[in-house]
Amino acid sequence: MSSRRSRSRQSGSSRITDDQINDLVSKLQQLLPEIRDRQPDKVSSANVLQETCNYIRSLHREVDDLSERLSELLATTETTSAQAAIIRSLLM
Amino acid sequence: MAVHRLSLNPSSYKTRFTQRFLRALMKINKNKNRSSTSSSFQEIRRGRRRIKIAADGSMASAVGSKRAWSRAMLYKLRTRTRHQAWVRKISTAAKRKRDVGNKPEEELSRTDDLRRLVPGGEAMDFCSLLEETAHYIKCLTTQAHVMQSIADFYST
Repeated sequence: MSSRRSRSRQSGSSRITDDQINDLVSKLQQLLPEIRDRQPDKVSSANVLQETCNYIRSLHREVDDLSERLSELLATTETTSAQAAIIRSLLM
Repeated sequence: MAVHRLSLNPSSYKTRFTQRFLRALMKINKNKNRSSTSSSFQEIRRGRRRIKIAADGSMASAVGSKRAWSRAMLYKLRTRTRHQAWVRKISTAAKRKRDVGNKPEEELSRTDDLRRLVPGGEAMDFCSLLEETAHYIKCLTTQAHVMQSIADFYST
């Protein structure tokens, strides 16, 4: 990995080094189930960014599906008094 | 994971999200019962949109103004039509600023995708984008986790 320092061209901000970016990229890698177990030096940052986009899209889809499921459940079921009691206790 | 065993620490994002989201769900449910009684396809689709907005709003307000992505999301939810024009304005200005960089074209295009996926991403510098993305991903997984628990709870 080159130790070339990149000059920041944004006014007012401190120098952004390659090391800082590599550190942030490897932290991101740790969050991605598909590639977190691979050696950091075997995964390019372009790879991590790609996987990050894929993962965020899949999380968005998951939340959409769950929203649909909750919509169906709320439309078709009556909340029992036991369920209502549990919900009240959670909101306390 | 059962919802009443969600072990809610009062100051965690998870708790704050769960409480806000449950309250929003209850409000949505109450309004639904007052209107039509049919559970048509349209009703469910409208409900899904409302629930998705409630989930995102609850998550963003649980995080509050501490994070750029949550501020952007709250702003987007509150000003839905005006927001499109704002994003267009910000993204052209920010893109012009960023085009001075020396990153290869490939990496730039993936950054553009990421900027569109993370709320407020268009206006962030590269380092902030990476930090905000990490936090956003953690919150999205919490959101999905809690919603799953609630769905299981209502399915029993």
